[in-house]
Amino acid sequence: MKKKKAGKKPEKVKIKKIKVKKPPQPEWKTKPIGGMIFEAGNSLKYLTGTWKTARPITNYDKCIHCLKCVVYCPENCIKAKNDKKDHTEYQYCKGCGICAQVCPVKCIKMEDEDKFQE
Amino acid sequence: MDFKDYARQPQKLASGQKSCSGCGFPIIIRMAMSAIDRPFVVCQGTGCVSVTTTTWPFTSWKMPTIHSAFPNLASTAAGVETAVRVMKKKGKLKKDIKVVAFGGDGGTYDIGIQALSGAIERRHNILYICYDNQAYMNTGGQRSSATPYGAATATTPHGTLHHGKELFRKDLTYIVAAHDVAYVAQASIFDFADLTRKVKRAMEVDGFAFINILSPCVLFWKIPTSDAYKISELAVKTCFWPLYEVDHGKWILNFKPEHKMQIEAFLKPQGRFKQLLELRNRHIVDGLQQRVDRKWKELLFMCEKTKEKPEKKEVKKVKKKKIVKKPVKKGVKRKPEPKIKTSKTRSKFAKLKDKLKRKRR
Ligand SMILES: Cc1ncc(C[n+]2csc(CCOP(=O)(O)OP(=O)(O)O)c2C)c(N)n1
Ligand code: SF4
Ligand code: SF4
Ligand code: SF4
Ligand SMILES: [Mg+2]
Repeated sequence: MKKKKAGKKPEKVKIKKIKVKKPPQPEWKTKPIGGMIFEAGNSLKYLTGTWKTARPITNYDKCIHCLKCVVYCPENCIKAKNDKKDHTEYQYCKGCGICAQVCPVKCIKMEDEDKFQE
Repeated sequence: MDFKDYARQPQKLASGQKSCSGCGFPIIIRMAMSAIDRPFVVCQGTGCVSVTTTTWPFTSWKMPTIHSAFPNLASTAAGVETAVRVMKKKGKLKKDIKVVAFGGDGGTYDIGIQALSGAIERRHNILYICYDNQAYMNTGGQRSSATPYGAATATTPHGTLHHGKELFRKDLTYIVAAHDVAYVAQASIFDFADLTRKVKRAMEVDGFAFINILSPCVLFWKIPTSDAYKISELAVKTCFWPLYEVDHGKWILNFKPEHKMQIEAFLKPQGRFKQLLELRNRHIVDGLQQRVDRKWKELLFMCEKTKEKPEKKEVKKVKKKKIVKKPVKKGVKRKPEPKIKTSKTRSKFAKLKDKLKRKRR
């Protein structure tokens, strides 16, 4: 029985396939060309902050808001608001420690990331 | 430009690029792009920049960017620039779009130099920035012609017989300057104001502009992740990486250290030079120091030679000489020194005689 059914179905399908065969081409044509990225700056979705082994902690009482750390952070994850250092985006911070080294008043401390995991 | 201007701007390179923690080139790119205030297209050759910023399906760039093989970055940029020019001519494009190319040292000093030289010779209106991390870092740190004398790399390792690269590096900034190009400069992340000013100037000039920037590599220079700034500072202060520019044939030194440090200061913090600190390798350090000193002297000479308004100064000197010459001539007539004394006494006597004569009259 099954074999007979199976034998019958392909005939129907074949007829359908002829009709369906044309749509795949436009569908393929609507897909982006390989190797192209259309969303500018979409690497924001990739959180490099998971890499870090140390976390920069800023002492805002000592900070003189010179913004040197903002300029020298390779990940641009130190943000300023109204010409003042505002916060650090830890989801992108790779924990390199450049900000702590360039700070003229040494108000950034690198602390072990393990502390913040729990 | 200062730090505050930088912070006020929207970022042109998004976070989330995958370079090693503490790598120098993202700082370079961010600083350079913060100084550009008109629309531009970025071209990047294969290397750490392209691999970490445009890993499909992600891109960190917020402007159109094209990736090319690393031998032909300059040709790709030249092609884009020509396309922009033609489209503008045909009226299809109205914006004034600049082309900025980012290339590694391998792609610029070595395999891409032919394309670069060609693009310069054709006077394309491009800004080409070479981030010089002094080896082929993306493929595992093989030596390039930018690798300095004595540095250990994957292909010039430190062993019992050899102690790192035994050849001197090539000076690409000089080579580009020899093309009589519109603008060439050497910069470092150490001096933010200088770097951004140079990029601004390079965007202004009509013609090819080239900026060579030292880019510390955490992984293969074997430095702590926090040291990119410190190493750049040492490179500048030991005169290993002098900051200068050549603007339409005029050489200008931008930073003269008050006290020129010894090259060891630059070598010591880096793992790739650690074999040079052994006593038996002293001659390599000396060789490097001699080279740096010679290059520094050459640079000072070039700056002095192409200095502006040399004529006026010469005129002043000549005037001074004339004034000085007259008393010298007098001295020459009365050759022996004691005679001068006598002459003084004589003149005193003469004066007295004159007085006496006047009185007698
Ligand atoms: C023609 C060609 N040869 C070899 C490679 C492999 N390759 C990819 S990146 C790279 C090194 C590039 O070095 P550099 O230009 O200094 O950039 P860096 O990785 O140091 O940033 C090499 C050899 C390639 N992509 N194309
Ligand atoms: S540790 Fe590095 S990545 Fe993190 S904020 Fe400081 S400079 Fe930026
Ligand atoms: S470098 Fe230091 S003082 Fe300056 S803004 Fe950053 S944390 Fe504040
Ligand atoms: S290998 Fe070197 S140049 Fe490449 S991303 Fe890592 S630190 Fe940067
Ligand atoms: Mg390189």
